[in-house]
Amino acid sequence: MIARDRMSKLASNLILLAIGVLFVLPLLWVLFASINRTAGLRVEFPTHPTLGNFKAVLNTDTTYRPVLNGIILCGGAALLTMVCAVLAAYPLSRFRTRFNRPFLLTVLFCTGLPITAVMVPVYGLFVQLNLVDTLGGTIMFMATSALPFAIWLTKTFMDGVPISLEEAAWVDGAGNMRALRAIVLPLMWPGIAVVLIFTFIGMWGNFFVPFMLLLSPERLPASVSIFTFFGQYGEPNYGQLAAYSLIYTMPVLLLYLLLSRKLGGAFALGGAIKG
Amino acid sequence: MTTTVAPTASTPAPSGKTSGRSGKPRAANLIRMLPLSPAIGLMLVFLAGPILYCVYAAFTNMALTGTGAANVKFVGVDNFRKAFGSGAFTNAIWLTLVFTLISAIIGQNTLGLGLALLMRKSTKLVRNFVGTAVIGAWVLPEVVAAYLLSAFFNDDGTLNVMLHAVGLPGQDWLYAAPIIAVSLANIWRGTAFSMLVYSAALSEIPKEIEESAEMDGAGGWRRLAFVTLPMITRAIMTNLMLITLQTLSVFGLIFAMTRGGPGTKSQTLPLYMYEQAFSFSQIGYGTAIALVMLAIGAVFSLIYLRGLNSEAA
Repeated sequence: MIARDRMSKLASNLILLAIGVLFVLPLLWVLFASINRTAGLRVEFPTHPTLGNFKAVLNTDTTYRPVLNGIILCGGAALLTMVCAVLAAYPLSRFRTRFNRPFLLTVLFCTGLPITAVMVPVYGLFVQLNLVDTLGGTIMFMATSALPFAIWLTKTFMDGVPISLEEAAWVDGAGNMRALRAIVLPLMWPGIAVVLIFTFIGMWGNFFVPFMLLLSPERLPASVSIFTFFGQYGEPNYGQLAAYSLIYTMPVLLLYLLLSRKLGGAFALGGAIKG
Repeated sequence: MTTTVAPTASTPAPSGKTSGRSGKPRAANLIRMLPLSPAIGLMLVFLAGPILYCVYAAFTNMALTGTGAANVKFVGVDNFRKAFGSGAFTNAIWLTLVFTLISAIIGQNTLGLGLALLMRKSTKLVRNFVGTAVIGAWVLPEVVAAYLLSAFFNDDGTLNVMLHAVGLPGQDWLYAAPIIAVSLANIWRGTAFSMLVYSAALSEIPKEIEESAEMDGAGGWRRLAFVTLPMITRAIMTNLMLITLQTLSVFGLIFAMTRGGPGTKSQTLPLYMYEQAFSFSQIGYGTAIALVMLAIGAVFSLIYLRGLNSEAA
């Protein structure tokens, strides 16, 4: 029995390692190309590694402004999502009314709607409201598209906070909002951080929404401006593209590291989703 | 970290203050629900609004240029008749089905479940390495992932280098089999989600249940089929539904990898919709396609809701 266990453990490890290697392979290209001045699409270790590609892209037009735009856009939208989600989750989690069930069902239903499909009418709406090419409008739409899922997750995390503590506060005369701020939020901040970080990561990578709703080059976030590497000049400079991709990816990698060090990583999210 | 099971809408919230039937005045109820208003406001304007607009525009000849731009007319179901009679539309539907089946239902789901199962029996070091690699692919921005995989599948790319190394012929995968290439790309990018959902579900199966099945002599596969899987049916349903819906709306990955090409060989519904509405300026027709996509999403969403409800009932 023990020998068989050891065999199956070894087999599991080997299969897992093989899959892991398959997942790492595509990453090799970006790492090698970013330090290769003459990179193409072939994966090869550069003969003369250089940081030239990074130097070439680290300027306002190529990197700093798009990354800053992305931070404003995604940070603003993620915060707006979170504020609305926490406010909405509180009554849904704490009070039982006839309104809760239909509302939660609607929210759940909305998490399923393909946002991509809404983009054509949203563009139409933005034209009517004069919101095309404004950061504010784009932030509000991005926040809305993340809201259903965020409300759902936040409510799940909030349900995990025992209500008895608030009851004491209510007896002492604290209002609902006060109880939320002083008791519930401090107890569920890891859950809030998980939802907030994942909302941000999702938005940071989102290409279609800012691509449709923003037009001026000076407002485009990093996810869209990356396309300028292809421009009208035919073959892009792959080395610079790779270097830029790494810089653009860095914020979400750092956030993810923070998440996994402090908050149990993505596994906390899996626990809340699985239903 | 709390990993409480998500209560479905039908499970009562842990509520101390019930209201409504307890004879509280309606006004107090309304005030309590007030914090919901920002969320409701945003969702009405930016979600319900566009959907209603979509329902309206889909039955018009609205366009950015030409006659449809000057005077918008109601054209009945013409857009839908045009869509279902068009080869490009049926091609897009077909490709969307293939893409969803290969990348979500078969690829991400099975691989995610496999990874979660294997991870339970592996050493910590291996588990951490694989977990980081898979989740790393997931947190990468969509467009970056698309470039990485374009390079991977390219004529000179890593895949062909590997194939040549073992004596197999390579080819330019993005030209020869674009829909397979983008499907594999989506598996690479999306498997983490299924892996996380299944890891969480598996971690809640009591150890004794599987141990006692083992005592009774149930071998690995039998134990998996008759003990483990039935215990996570709910997670499987939730996961399948969520990844199907996510996959239906994938745009950036395919757009950055192939732009739907060569020709229309990887043009799934979102890309077809985009081309019609914006490259060809046919907003009315584009929204009709959007409405079809919304309808598909709505059907899946409803099945999912029903599943959750009947489980909880």
